[in-house]
Amino acid sequence: MGAGHHHRIYLAGDTVVHRLPPQCKLVAVAAFALVVVATPRAWVGAFGLYALLLAVTARVARVPFAFVLRRMVIEIPFVVFAVALPFIGFGERVSFLGTALSVEGLWAAWNILAKASLGVIASVLLAATTEPRAMLLGAQRLRLPSLLVQIMMFMLRYMDVIVDEMRRMRVARESRGFVARDIRHVPVIARSAGALFIRSYERGERVHLAMLSRGYTGVMPVIGELTASFRQWLVAGMLPGAALLALLGTWGLTS
Amino acid sequence: MHVPDGFFNVAVSISAGAVAAAGVAVCLRGARRELDDRTAPMAGLVAAFVFAVQMLNFPVAAGTSGHLLGGTLAAILVGPYTAVLCMAVVLLVQGFFFADGGLTALGVNITLMGLVAVAVGWTVFRLIARSARGRGAVVAASFVAALVSVPAAALAFTLLFWIGGTAPIEVGTVAAAMGGVHVLIGVGEGLITAVTVSTVLAVRPDLVYGARGLASPLVLRDADGDTAVPHRSPEAPEPRRLGWFLPAGIVVASLLAGVVSFFASSSPDGLERVAEDKGFIKRAVDHALSGQPLADYGEVGGIPVGLAGLIGVTVTLAVGVTLFLLVRRRTRSGHESSNKVDGVSA
Repeated sequence: MGAGHHHRIYLAGDTVVHRLPPQCKLVAVAAFALVVVATPRAWVGAFGLYALLLAVTARVARVPFAFVLRRMVIEIPFVVFAVALPFIGFGERVSFLGTALSVEGLWAAWNILAKASLGVIASVLLAATTEPRAMLLGAQRLRLPSLLVQIMMFMLRYMDVIVDEMRRMRVARESRGFVARDIRHVPVIARSAGALFIRSYERGERVHLAMLSRGYTGVMPVIGELTASFRQWLVAGMLPGAALLALLGTWGLTS
Repeated sequence: MHVPDGFFNVAVSISAGAVAAAGVAVCLRGARRELDDRTAPMAGLVAAFVFAVQMLNFPVAAGTSGHLLGGTLAAILVGPYTAVLCMAVVLLVQGFFFADGGLTALGVNITLMGLVAVAVGWTVFRLIARSARGRGAVVAASFVAALVSVPAAALAFTLLFWIGGTAPIEVGTVAAAMGGVHVLIGVGEGLITAVTVSTVLAVRPDLVYGARGLASPLVLRDADGDTAVPHRSPEAPEPRRLGWFLPAGIVVASLLAGVVSFFASSSPDGLERVAEDKGFIKRAVDHALSGQPLADYGEVGGIPVGLAGLIGVTVTLAVGVTLFLLVRRRTRSGHESSNKVDGVSA
């Protein structure tokens, strides 16, 4: 059980971005996402500047662009939705390659694609430069309820164990010649889910007893305080700050 | 169904975030009742289970497959409050660690897949499971509850998109499309949930929160063959406390009225629009009170719309509380006798 806590999304490193306290990075990414979402879709230049800012951040954090691109596949289901918008949208239409596309729908598709992609890239950079455990400590510093943080800690710690358990069950099914192909195979999958639930729940009971016997009182001991200096907040604030400047600058140019 | 950034405007993102935060706060308290001091480790492991289960893809139709949402399943197995917490934690982890689901859309995601899916699923489950008894009823109730919860979440998405989405769509078409696709996924979700619940019921019925009433009483047999059924105090429903609910509701209402209203569209609403198009808006007579400063949400008196909203919330609240107190005073005599019984057993 000790092995296998590999979170493929985290890239170990020792850059300025890696060294920043996690709470600063969390606030910075959330603020950046808010600025991006608040930008009117017609300000194409501002979105270009945001992308440039993220590229600079990735460079400073030494996160390869190919890595970011690979992690972006998660966005695909919504790309499909966005691509459909010009066809199902209404209003004024332009003809392109023989098909009539809704102008309003095209703008909406651009809006969703640009904002979603920028948000995903920012999250990927955050996850790539922050250890999951540090991220939780940062969230605790930001006054996220400690019960919620504890639940997340347990989830992260045991996720690999449970997913591994599920993988072993799948290997066992497949080595007996079973592959889920159509709706009649649902009962088999459901029984696996039932067995997995019982194993997870019983593991939870064992974990709880083990913790009680080691003196757990409902609060997790925190080793080492995470404090952020004013300078670190300033460094972290550079990304959303620059994005805000880009937003205001574009506003000044357009109005 | 993880909504990324950019789907919803800032107003809807923030208000959905406030709703999600209030809902999670309520569930943090409720989960302590469901799991006493074991909340953190048990909920954490169940969250890990939900995460794993979301990787179970099932075939829907030829070529396509859906994956389990797991909200209803978790609610039936461990209780609704814990289920919401688990869904919220899963979504938080997916958003921050796996870049799945936008950060500004986190509130929307928790509201849809956590609050709406679990609330609808659990309500439907309780309604059906209460009307009939037995294991079959529980399994059937899980099927219907899970089936309903998925399109319900999809329709809630459509509703939010209609309020503050960033694309122009006809709400009817989208509702039909979203609902239709998600009914299909819901059938898969329902089948898997029902069979999972029946499997757990067969092996460890004590672990199914939704079937606690079905457990057979504990029978003790001693050496002489005497049997005794230890008296289990029937779980009296706790008196509902509204203490925390009221302030939370006030905060949400004030936020909606005071902050979000600034983002509200100033164009005529649907009825006004239709009225204008059809030319019957001129027939509307000015409201009798249209001269007073708060009319048209403050536009007449020059009061900022947010302030007008806040005043509205306060007035509504005052009227509501007065009504509530009036109604409660009449039913108080019945409450006192039940309180006495509580005092004795405690």
